[in-house]
Amino acid sequence: MSILTLENVVKNYDKHCAVDNVSFAVPKGSIYGLLGPNGAGKTSLIRIITTITRADSGQVYLDGERLNANHPTQIGYMPEERGLYKKMKVGEQLMYLAQLKGMPKREAKKNLMEWLEKFEITDWWGKKVEELSKGMQQKIQFIATVVHRPKLLILDEPFSGLDPINANLIKDEIYQLNKEGSSIIFSTHRMEQVEEICEYISLINQGKNVLSGKVADVKQDFKQHLFSIGYSGDLPAELVMQDAENANFEIVERKEQELLVKIESDEASNALLQYLIQKGVHIRAFHEILPTLNEIFIRQVNGESPVK
Amino acid sequence: MNKLWLIFQREFLVRVKKRSFILTTLLTPFAFALIMIVPPMIGQMGDNGMKRLAVLDESGVVMQRDNSGKVIAPIADTKSITFKPVETQLTDLQKSYQEDGFDGIVYIPELASNDAAIRIQYFSEGQLSMGDKRTIEKKIEKKFESKKIKDAGFEEKMIEQFQADVALNQKQIYLDEAGNVIEKDKQNGAEIATAMGFFMAFIIYIILIVYGMQVMRSVMEEKMNRIVEVVISSVKPFQLMLGKILGVSAVGILQLLIWAGLIFGIILLVPLFFGIDPSQTQGMSEMSAAEQETMIDYTNQLIISLSQQNWGFILPVFLVYFLGGYFIYAALFAAVGSAVGDDLGESQSLTMPIMIPVILSISFMPAVIDNPDGPLAFWLSMIPFFSPIIMPARLPFEPPLWEVLLSGAILIATAFFFIWLAGRIYRVGILMYGKKVTFKELGKWLFYKD
Repeated sequence: MSILTLENVVKNYDKHCAVDNVSFAVPKGSIYGLLGPNGAGKTSLIRIITTITRADSGQVYLDGERLNANHPTQIGYMPEERGLYKKMKVGEQLMYLAQLKGMPKREAKKNLMEWLEKFEITDWWGKKVEELSKGMQQKIQFIATVVHRPKLLILDEPFSGLDPINANLIKDEIYQLNKEGSSIIFSTHRMEQVEEICEYISLINQGKNVLSGKVADVKQDFKQHLFSIGYSGDLPAELVMQDAENANFEIVERKEQELLVKIESDEASNALLQYLIQKGVHIRAFHEILPTLNEIFIRQVNGESPVK
Repeated sequence: MNKLWLIFQREFLVRVKKRSFILTTLLTPFAFALIMIVPPMIGQMGDNGMKRLAVLDESGVVMQRDNSGKVIAPIADTKSITFKPVETQLTDLQKSYQEDGFDGIVYIPELASNDAAIRIQYFSEGQLSMGDKRTIEKKIEKKFESKKIKDAGFEEKMIEQFQADVALNQKQIYLDEAGNVIEKDKQNGAEIATAMGFFMAFIIYIILIVYGMQVMRSVMEEKMNRIVEVVISSVKPFQLMLGKILGVSAVGILQLLIWAGLIFGIILLVPLFFGIDPSQTQGMSEMSAAEQETMIDYTNQLIISLSQQNWGFILPVFLVYFLGGYFIYAALFAAVGSAVGDDLGESQSLTMPIMIPVILSISFMPAVIDNPDGPLAFWLSMIPFFSPIIMPARLPFEPPLWEVLLSGAILIATAFFFIWLAGRIYRVGILMYGKKVTFKELGKWLFYKD
């Protein structure tokens, strides 16, 4: 079951196609990465999901229902460009934003106090936002995004501008919310963060969804059967000479006490090992190297398709 | 609806709780009161209360004496000046007047002939105020006038009998159903109506500009703050815009009400506490009893005339034009605010076209008030960009009901249309960054899909 389903979504601005026939489904309870370079159409896509704008064509379903006016209360959205009313007090501001999300006053207050206690910032309630540092404002922004316990949480570059300590704090909270049942869409152009956090991804480039799936599957699909071999001692002469006549492998790179070897298929890995052992190589380590999302992305953008 | 109410509340409370709002709201009427009270107070205190003047009369006209040398009819003292006749040489008096306790010398030289121009002189270290100068001139004029009347062989009382006092009294007439002429008193109708017309039009003018600009600035702020994207992920952009326009309008109405209340209170209370009659602002003390009487009469007439106005009609209609005009202009300002970034120069080039009709209406107003039922007045009332200022100016002149209804209907319809129109621009504008916006661009936005 998916929390969010997009079917052939299209959005045009003037003469520019921001979202070009995008389809994907976010499984319930997952952390879903929406990847793409700046200007790829991620924000346009998110604005459609958050009902800020409407798709020119195509369908969006939230929890099985066609996207409608009641859905904003079930979605939490933290835009990339953060914004709060600078002159407003933290408490008033959070109450306002929570009530706009449809929370009754009392419940909003109770939830907000819990969050402030969790972050140990209850004494900020009466402070004006402009008195807080940027990192502090980010925390307030995060609370405003999640206070109404959204089914779907959309975070656009949630860690930008955060110091490592606060980034970790927010990351833990994201995991916690996910555990409690929120599905999370995490939009970013920082691939390494996605690899760490997300279970599923979609790659967006020039308005198109170029790739979707489980991170592990995507990596499997794009792997090039690269293996790293750690050894000690010297390599036998044939290997140094790289006589490839009977060996169905290719040495991609030689490092100090390490070889990077490409084989034709996974099944050939045992054969490779046997061959090396037979040649008298003293093997210390042997492991597969999967491509990073960054590499996959670059390859994908450059027009390569997965190696099947 | 609930969300609109939340937005309305926020927009209203944020402004009302601001220190600057509280200060301007409370201080403006007091500034107004100060303008009324302080000048007369200074006028009274600045001179240390009283001026003691020595009057040296060589003409024998002003300080006429009997055989024993006693002055028969001295000049009556006023609130601020006492006149003391003296008999000495001018040159001596000029040396000693201060030691003698005088503030100055009024010198009336001997007249060469009865027809000669009367040139009197004032000697002092200090200077006379304009009011005091006029008082002295008047008093001495009076003395010479009565002498001339007597010399011509008339009794002064007789002259008073010849004087005539003409006042033009206006009465409104109309025919009732039976065809009888019905008369209605209308005192000082024209003057009061003119003053009221100007006043009401001016208030609306101020409100349109001040509060319209506030809406624009607030929209720009939200856009630049980027909070707008958070808010419109919860509510429709149109709700946010409408809530803002309504919230700010409530601030305007509240401010007007407080001002009206405070001004009314001040006018009532100030005389009680300070013992000053605000009507006695300029030069009342120098007026003769008769002049004061007419002045008081005039004040009474003013009150009567104001109470004769058809407030049950004027106030609701004023409110309709106030709100209708505000909605049109606030909507336009909101649209412009959404379209521009924080570039003030850019916003100016877009606000200018909005300001032009407002400024034009103000410059048309005198002509309209001059001829409140003329074609200019009529046509301007039918154009909703002008009518919010023009129609209130006409209201005290009792324009035909059908014109008010037609113009009001056009205004209300236009206000709805412009709010809708502004909403179309607003929803696109607030998400558009880093693009220089032209009117052509704004036109295109109208037809964007959501």
